[in-house]
Amino acid sequence: MSEKRIRVLVAKPGLDGHDRGAKVIAQALRDAGMEVVYTGLRQTPEQIVSAALQEDVNVVGMSILSGAHGTLFPEVVNLLREKGAGDILVIGGGIIPEEDIPPLKEAGVAEVFGPGTPLANVVKYIQEHV
Amino acid sequence: MYTKDELDKIAATKEVWAAKLAATEKKRPPREANFATDSGFEIDTVYTPNNLAEMDYERDLGLPGEFPYTRGVQPNLYRGRLWTMRQYAGFGSAEETNQRFRYLLEQGQTGLSCAFDLPTQIGYDSDHSLARGEIGKVGVAIDSLADMETLFDQIPLGKVSTSMTINAPAGVLLAMYIACAEKQGFTKAQINGTIQNDVIKEYICRGTYILPPEPSMRLISNIFEYCSKEVPTWNTISISGYHIREAGSTAAQEIAFTLADGIAYVEAAIKAGLNVDDFAPRLSFFFNAHLNFLEEIAKFRAARRVWAKVMKERFGAKKAKSMSLRFHTQTAGVSLTAQQPMVNIMRTAYEALSAVLGGTQSLHTNSYDEALALPCDESVMIALRTQHIIGYEIGVCDVVDPLGGSYYIESLTNALEEKAMDYIGKIDALGGAVKAIEYMQKEIHNAAYQYQLAIDNKKKTVVGVNKFQMKEKPIEGLLKVDLSVGDHQVAKLKKMKAERDQAKVAALLQAVKEAAQSDANLMPVFIDAVKEYVTLGEICGVLRDVFGEYKQQIVF
Repeated sequence: MSEKRIRVLVAKPGLDGHDRGAKVIAQALRDAGMEVVYTGLRQTPEQIVSAALQEDVNVVGMSILSGAHGTLFPEVVNLLREKGAGDILVIGGGIIPEEDIPPLKEAGVAEVFGPGTPLANVVKYIQEHV
Repeated sequence: MYTKDELDKIAATKEVWAAKLAATEKKRPPREANFATDSGFEIDTVYTPNNLAEMDYERDLGLPGEFPYTRGVQPNLYRGRLWTMRQYAGFGSAEETNQRFRYLLEQGQTGLSCAFDLPTQIGYDSDHSLARGEIGKVGVAIDSLADMETLFDQIPLGKVSTSMTINAPAGVLLAMYIACAEKQGFTKAQINGTIQNDVIKEYICRGTYILPPEPSMRLISNIFEYCSKEVPTWNTISISGYHIREAGSTAAQEIAFTLADGIAYVEAAIKAGLNVDDFAPRLSFFFNAHLNFLEEIAKFRAARRVWAKVMKERFGAKKAKSMSLRFHTQTAGVSLTAQQPMVNIMRTAYEALSAVLGGTQSLHTNSYDEALALPCDESVMIALRTQHIIGYEIGVCDVVDPLGGSYYIESLTNALEEKAMDYIGKIDALGGAVKAIEYMQKEIHNAAYQYQLAIDNKKKTVVGVNKFQMKEKPIEGLLKVDLSVGDHQVAKLKKMKAERDQAKVAALLQAVKEAAQSDANLMPVFIDAVKEYVTLGEICGVLRDVFGEYKQQIVF
């Protein structure tokens, strides 16, 4: 991945309208030299996966603050695998209690970034894992 | 407020003093190269009457309860009655939320504030495919009047006031509330409360929009008109800066964008043929109380003054109540940290104190665990007790506007007013708030990004996050919304739908459709429909068919 720019889809699954975090992360990744597509609000897992495939991204980063992460994050991972895109790195963030993180990781979410995470940590994580 | 001679004398004294200051700063250099507020106003070492040279006491301040209401909307404020202590609550099923409401009332809370789940806020029934995973998560699920009846079981709606955080489908939820109150034996004139009903800020930053702006503004004007005649003590809108600030705006932007939205609603209602003094007294506002303590106090004061002038000068309002900005405040959710969560209690207390010193009419204090989950019973109780300490123990409620006349607070109030008017001018030039949605989104996003960069590069300290960190165990006892709530709600809804008179439901939905297609006020048909258990999703489905849906522009 040394030459090609990393491509990231920042997505808002579910009905949650809080996108301050998603947009700040998107901007930070763009400022770090990545190509970033932001889906906007209210995306179904199907829409997110289809955008990920169409945009040929390396990473899908999802943000949920409504508590629906336990349902929607794994659905995206499973759909990506079904479509043969299981190699896309899936990460997430939002209002996510610590105890919910191990089951999300088990479901295939590579990393979960909680409140207070410095932007540089997310940038570095992606650079090291793509 | 001072004669020219007095000001010259003070200025001369300050010049002498400035030499001493310079000498001191050589030995004790300032901690920062520049001190500034969150809105970017540079802060001087000290403030004097010279900073207020242009100020006119009668014109700019006056007395509490008098135009321009800088010092408050009530002559005696908290000497008469403390603010309404109103904790925002709701999760899971109507039964669970009913229990939380009754717990809060028993603990001394004085008004209810209801949170709805996202499907409800976006006008979907719980059996809609987009409701998956969201039912009961951020608030209570309300599909029909049956859920509303459970929600307010044993709570007399003629005796409590209820604030409902509902926007796009506000008219339908208000119709359910009216129907529920009438079933309990109360009249429409006896109920008190607020619907948020502020759709413009949903487009800007909160995201629970349904219809495009034009039909949304019509629905809002319908509600203003209906309530001015039928539900006279209902607050028909809560024009909200809270979410604008949560999304990242500065304090000055919070005032400006909120009041620009307010201007758009007033213009729409006047255009719909209403008289400004018939509906403006029931407009209410909702602000954030953030961390920058002194700037926040000045913000509330400036907002009152700007709105009073706008209503008087721009819209020719005559009634005092049309010009006085009454507001609810919530402490800043975004300031809560997941790290060392107990420390959030202190943050919330200072934020709440700024709201009280700024003259708020009602207040929600956040709970310490809300960076991680919905609050548990214990954390909610501490949050409510924080308000009790401010109200009953520390003596700040015995005098009105105690910081009025502070050289610094008045300077900041003036600066915020000026900056807010600048922004309102820009928004006017773009054609008003609805046309300026993307402009406001861009401004908010830029401010949010700068705020995060300031934390990341440690220009801004966040205790426990970028300074004074420590190793800690995960917090225990977080509230969890059971996933079975969704299944239970869907089963209940299906059963209710099957038991209704289907022909009657179809006829009522047809009536909603015809009213939507005409110029009629929609409130009466909403009330007729919900009384027969026509669901929120069914009514909003008809509105979606008639008016189409809003498509968000992506701005970042």
